[in-house]
Amino acid sequence: MNLDIRLPIGLLFAILGGLLIVYGLWTQFSDPNMYDRSLGLNINLWWGLVMSLFGTFMTWLGRKGATEKPQQAH
Amino acid sequence: MPSFALPSFLPLAAEAVTQKLVTLGVSDILIIVGYFAMVLGIGWYLKKQTTTSEDFFMAGREMTAWIAGLSFLSANLGSLELMGWAGSAYQYGILATHWYWIGAIPAMLFLGIVMMPFYYISKTHSVPGYLQLRFGEDSRAFAAISFAFMTILMSGVNMFSMAKVMEVVLGWDLNFSIWISSITVAAYVALGGLKSAIFNEVLQFMLIWAGAALIPIMGMIEVGGWANLQAKIGASYTHAWSTLGSFQDNPMGIHWTGIVFGLGFVISFGYWTTDFLVVQRVLAAKDLRSAKMAPIIGAAFKMAVPLIVILPGLLGLGVLDVKLVPESVAKVTPGAHSYNEVLPIMMARYMGPGLLGLGITALIAGFMAGMAGNVSAFATVWTYDIYRPFLNKKASDAHYLSMGRWCTIIGIFVSIGTAYMVMRAESIMDYVQALFSFFIAPLFGTVILGMLWKRATPAGGFWGLLAGTVCSILMWLWVLFDETAIRYVALSPHAKPMAENMYRALWSWIICVAVTVVVSLYTRPKPDEQLTGLVYGATPIPGEGDVPFWLRPIFWAGMVAAVFVALNVVFW
Repeated sequence: MNLDIRLPIGLLFAILGGLLIVYGLWTQFSDPNMYDRSLGLNINLWWGLVMSLFGTFMTWLGRKGATEKPQQAH
Repeated sequence: MPSFALPSFLPLAAEAVTQKLVTLGVSDILIIVGYFAMVLGIGWYLKKQTTTSEDFFMAGREMTAWIAGLSFLSANLGSLELMGWAGSAYQYGILATHWYWIGAIPAMLFLGIVMMPFYYISKTHSVPGYLQLRFGEDSRAFAAISFAFMTILMSGVNMFSMAKVMEVVLGWDLNFSIWISSITVAAYVALGGLKSAIFNEVLQFMLIWAGAALIPIMGMIEVGGWANLQAKIGASYTHAWSTLGSFQDNPMGIHWTGIVFGLGFVISFGYWTTDFLVVQRVLAAKDLRSAKMAPIIGAAFKMAVPLIVILPGLLGLGVLDVKLVPESVAKVTPGAHSYNEVLPIMMARYMGPGLLGLGITALIAGFMAGMAGNVSAFATVWTYDIYRPFLNKKASDAHYLSMGRWCTIIGIFVSIGTAYMVMRAESIMDYVQALFSFFIAPLFGTVILGMLWKRATPAGGFWGLLAGTVCSILMWLWVLFDETAIRYVALSPHAKPMAENMYRALWSWIICVAVTVVVSLYTRPKPDEQLTGLVYGATPIPGEGDVPFWLRPIFWAGMVAAVFVALNVVFW
């Protein structure tokens, strides 16, 4: 198939993760009380990191798959 | 599992509840918009590749096992499913996991190992299509019409429930939610067909996890681990089997025989192995090995879904200060929230601006996955099993392709119509769910006999299917008009509606099988050469070649089965 689903998934997760990281960093200083509800953890920042790592990994897999020989690619 | 198995969690929410749970900020809106852009983008990109009806309805039969497996699971994991079962976990405790473990895993493994070869080798494009090859046009017509009709009604019911949730949680207008979400689904399915539906389902599956996984994590941190949670909410809510010895000992009012035979055997096998909505995804696999692996991969992930569905419900019991109430009570009590809202409530408890957008995206993604599943299956069955054989036999491939596109759009409009019907009279929802349950169990009887028993004849198949379905309807009517009849249908006067559902499925399956066997023995069987590729014993199943054991489906099925047994023992 011509579209490797790992690319759009990776991309979306990387973008959304990045957005959460930026927002998490911003609110860390501007509105720290916001995180009382999540037991004091800045979950925007942490979950953003997890998501963007996952997104980067998927994108890397997708790009790797695209450069391999077609008969090996799955 | 199909949501019809649990009538009590519908209808969702009420007019009485006016204050919304959360308000979205700019960051939340950005996340939701990003998601919409991505699903539409995928549909648009795939339009170029969708040039034949085979591309549109079968996704070109080129999906890998992973993609087919995840979308197989995702098409079932609608938002109704997520919120309904979280609510049931709040209401009934860990008993709700039976719908994820015994009510799914054995059936999914059975589909992969035993049934998939026949579906796949017969080159059928649908489950009614298989019935036509095996039993002839009558069975196909019966199965196709009932399936198309039910699927589209269910889709409308889901649409309404979703819009209702959005109203309760976000204060969004019902009409706004219904139209925006369904136009998006119509666009990406009509553009890219099944391939677009499948790819988006994989994306949606991951987003559901991304949006919901923090609830159990934060919840577990707050209560301080499983042992503390167990101490807090009581052992009867955290043991899956030990209270099932009698109808009175557990909040569901069910006996283990109902769970094991009714749910675990008939309902779950019927749903997972013959509901075309899920089977269609596996038929799109690129080869037989992928087709066998797809349900096994799906099963492995299915076992993990209670983490984001059941556990939040249990945690809700442990940490929420307010008591959630049944739907009927919430409806007439201003400010009260029903069981079914436990997932969004838990979401709002831990997630502030930012992540909340992701959580809402997860709910929308779940809804769209289920909806796209319904309409793509509907379009296929309508075009291949009703339109082509009965209305317009000889049209060009391009004609069937455009029929598929239009069907998708029309299907969505019919669903919207259903959603508005339900909005006027919410009891319609219960009837639609009941209707759906009439067909699933007997259909499983017919398909499994067709696959495993060469002697089953076309007449046997048709009359068995018809008899099973009609008896199911009659039993349902009997209990509807005479409540005491439940002591006969569900074997005990203490049984609850859910138990009745399970036993009714069991009886209708038994009737279907008995009638099929008897009629078959009195009618002339099909000659063996017409059964090649369709039935066990008349089908050469290609070997797997010289592949190492870790590439064999049966090895992974064994691994999944081992984990499945371990989970049930741990949570006994």
